[in-house]
Amino acid sequence: MKWEVVIGLETHAQLSTVSKIFSGASTAFGAEPNTQACGVDIALPGVLPVLNTGAVERAIRFGLAVGAKINSPSIFARKNYFYPDLPKGYQISQYELPIVEGGTITIQVGDTEKTVRLTRAHLEEDAGKSLHEDFHGRTGIDLNRAGTPLLEIVSEPDMRSAEEAVAYARALHTLVRWIDVCDGNMQEGSFRCDANVSVRPAGSEKLGTRREIKNLNSFRFLQQAIEYEVRWQIGELEDGRAIQQATVLFDPDTGETRMMRTKEDAHDYRYFPDPDLLPLEVTAERIAVVRSVMPELPQAMKSRFVDEYKLPDYDAALLTASKETASYFEETTRITFDAAKVLLGIAGKEPVLSGVAKLAANWLIGEIASRLNSGGIELADSPIKPGQLAKLLARILDQTLSSKMAREVFDAMWAGEGDADAIIAAKGLKQISDSGEIEKIVDQVLAANTQQVADFRAGKEKAFNSLVGQVMKASRGKANPQQVNDILRRRLAG
Amino acid sequence: MSNATLKELSDRLAAGACSSVELAQDYINKINGLGKSLGCFITVDAERSLAQAKAADARRAAGNAGPLTGVPLAHKDIFCAEGWLTTCASRMLSNFVSPYDAHVVELCNAAGMVTLGKTNMDEFAMGSSNETSFFGPVRNPWNPDTVPGGSSGGSAAAVAARLAPAATGTDTGGSIRQPAALTGICGLKPTYGLVSRYGMIAFASSLDQAGPMARTAEDLGLLLNVMAGHDPRDSTSLERPAEDYNRSLAQPLKGLRIGLPREFFADGLSPDVRCAVDEAVAEYRKLGATVVDISLPNMELSVPVYYVLAPAEASSNLSRFDGVRYGHRAAEYTDLMDMYKRSRAEGFGAEVKRRILIGTYVLSHGYYDAYYIRAQKLRRLIARDFVEAFRQCDVIMGPTSPTTAFRLGEKSADPVQMYLSDIYTIAVNLAGLPGMSIPCGFDGGGLPVGLQIIGNYFDEARMLNAAHQYQLATDWHTKAPAVGQG
Repeated sequence: MKWEVVIGLETHAQLSTVSKIFSGASTAFGAEPNTQACGVDIALPGVLPVLNTGAVERAIRFGLAVGAKINSPSIFARKNYFYPDLPKGYQISQYELPIVEGGTITIQVGDTEKTVRLTRAHLEEDAGKSLHEDFHGRTGIDLNRAGTPLLEIVSEPDMRSAEEAVAYARALHTLVRWIDVCDGNMQEGSFRCDANVSVRPAGSEKLGTRREIKNLNSFRFLQQAIEYEVRWQIGELEDGRAIQQATVLFDPDTGETRMMRTKEDAHDYRYFPDPDLLPLEVTAERIAVVRSVMPELPQAMKSRFVDEYKLPDYDAALLTASKETASYFEETTRITFDAAKVLLGIAGKEPVLSGVAKLAANWLIGEIASRLNSGGIELADSPIKPGQLAKLLARILDQTLSSKMAREVFDAMWAGEGDADAIIAAKGLKQISDSGEIEKIVDQVLAANTQQVADFRAGKEKAFNSLVGQVMKASRGKANPQQVNDILRRRLAG
Repeated sequence: MSNATLKELSDRLAAGACSSVELAQDYINKINGLGKSLGCFITVDAERSLAQAKAADARRAAGNAGPLTGVPLAHKDIFCAEGWLTTCASRMLSNFVSPYDAHVVELCNAAGMVTLGKTNMDEFAMGSSNETSFFGPVRNPWNPDTVPGGSSGGSAAAVAARLAPAATGTDTGGSIRQPAALTGICGLKPTYGLVSRYGMIAFASSLDQAGPMARTAEDLGLLLNVMAGHDPRDSTSLERPAEDYNRSLAQPLKGLRIGLPREFFADGLSPDVRCAVDEAVAEYRKLGATVVDISLPNMELSVPVYYVLAPAEASSNLSRFDGVRYGHRAAEYTDLMDMYKRSRAEGFGAEVKRRILIGTYVLSHGYYDAYYIRAQKLRRLIARDFVEAFRQCDVIMGPTSPTTAFRLGEKSADPVQMYLSDIYTIAVNLAGLPGMSIPCGFDGGGLPVGLQIIGNYFDEARMLNAAHQYQLATDWHTKAPAVGQG
């Protein structure tokens, strides 16, 4: 039988506020246990929650970015359960009326674009942490994380493969960082996914029974967990066993999922509206203010890159993978174009924007990306800033540098040896583009290699390449290869 | 000296007739004597009180005294006060020393008032007789075999017995007004949101409201002037300009329209109480008020609605008492679940457990719509009844409680009988309206009767005016129980 995989994701994005969602305590990561938990966070008798407007503002920004409806009012509800790292004995969340409803995320898998619908996104507080090590059989509680603001983003079951789920998670990850609502740090747990996975016979309308894989904090784990889970579920069904609704955990060491609890022992959370918090009203004015400071979104920017710079889809997608990459690209292109205008202007020529953009894209996607990658460096920490790269690219455009030379200069720049022009001067790397000078070298080479000249004239094309090599060698690599080519052909034809 | 009202003490301190330290010492001596036998206080800390009194005297000497600087009061043990044991009358918090002040305590401290101690109450404010306290019952100063009412029973008995000129209380379903009535003092529950709930240990958040308890309407206004005010730490605290709640005290009552809800005078009202309330209404007529017959048709639903909503909120509010971070933890347990079960089983008393169970039940999957949602709808109907009623009258009057003080143990075996003790007060909380009780007579056994005055939202000044004018014309509020005299 052919099976269809159905996946929906619930993603917890930690909102990038300075203080917690219902208290003034800091949300900074990594402090000594319980040093960032105030009376509200540890749930002293008598304390009350006060909503952080920064968290609301970020939720609205997210809602607008995905084209969702912003509900007004939305309602905070209490989700009641006992656990030592949940100080109040309930989590404040949103249940029946979330702040964000609907919306979509566009994903790209291979060459196909797909729209994933969002069900909702709601505000809630994180719990603390139970520490089971170092306490000699007892459990320690760290409440620093308790009350950290989260936006739980719930998708419709619109994904049909692990690849699509990962593409969705990546697109969401890009978006939340792009609009500055979440730092996206997955190691620190700022962005984590639960995946609801089920399978059904291909063509069937009815959803299969789902199992929820909890707390996946890397794209790799997300992919592995779903792939394992799908294989396991298909195996069960093909062996004639029914799937039981359950919550499971992924073990990265074994690559397997294992049962945490079944539906039977699911909690009754006894949700009810939190009487300590008034219904959250969001006025049209407030939404307008948030909208007015919204940056251009990745999808829109990608389309613009294709239109404005005539870049291939592939390049545009890579360049809009993060806001940092996109702005690095645009800044480099702009400065290079301005510099090239001046430099080419001397010769009465003009740069072409699309050519400049493609050059910038190639260097960013190529040299810069691979250096960052191998060094494990973030783009923000790149030793070469857009202004510096632009100077190098301008020297390619004005033919001072061959691309081979440019790479050499780039290496020196990366090593911190100064800016492009200084390195070109210091290394004497200036390309020889003076045709008189090149003609002189060509004539010398032709005079010294009569046999090859004869071979070429007898129809041996190979001899031409050898002559080019000789000229380049004689110029110590500095002759403009294009000009060498042209002059040689002219001379040999003559 | 301790027979004086808040106003008189304020005047005496201002005139230099006594010092705050003398005053505090005088009250503490009485608290340590009579207070002990009545069970009014859970915690007394003379050293702290006298230090505050000393500071108040210094402040007065420096010329910075406000109207209540140096005047002592008692706080219900539901208010967190920094450095004070704050127990909510529960074993669960019998070891909890608060690291912070409630907003109300902060405001009283800032006014220079002196905390005499923390008063006894029903455990977590759940009760109408002050018998559910882990620290033992409070006795009514008018007759030690009877209850003082609850849950602010310790505050009420302390004020009635002249152990404190005033006290703070909280009222979720009548917990200020009913004990005020049963002990012959005055108590005011303000409009919901007027006084911050920050630092007031939550029972039912949407109903809880703190208010003053004292011997005269004027004193209530003086203390409310200190207690009320916006607090950004309580999201349900209202942002309103400050007002002087005593600004209208002198206004004549001519033309005041008093609504008498027929439902307040039906079956279940004791004849003695009815008689005293009727006489009070007659007095108001003499003062120029007119009387309007009104109806609150959904009032009979208020007790069942309340006993769905209040326990629902309480079951969740009391979840934080889990033995993990503070409060009572069982000495021995086998695992986490056992720790929870034992700590909570040992830490909470029977009435608190009953309400947690009811609340958990009504919020459970499958019952939520039938109980909680339905009760919320009825709550809106009850509130609407008042809106209708206030189209026809300025204030509503009636009995505060259907009976006078009952005997200790009389209703403790029958929770429903106990709950009916608040039948006239609960609707006011459900609607979020201000309500107060003032003394208006005695029953055949010499026990005080309370007159309830219910106002429209934010109409505290008018209610205090009505009460004050009545107190100018009558002397019920000056009567003291034998134990409190001298």
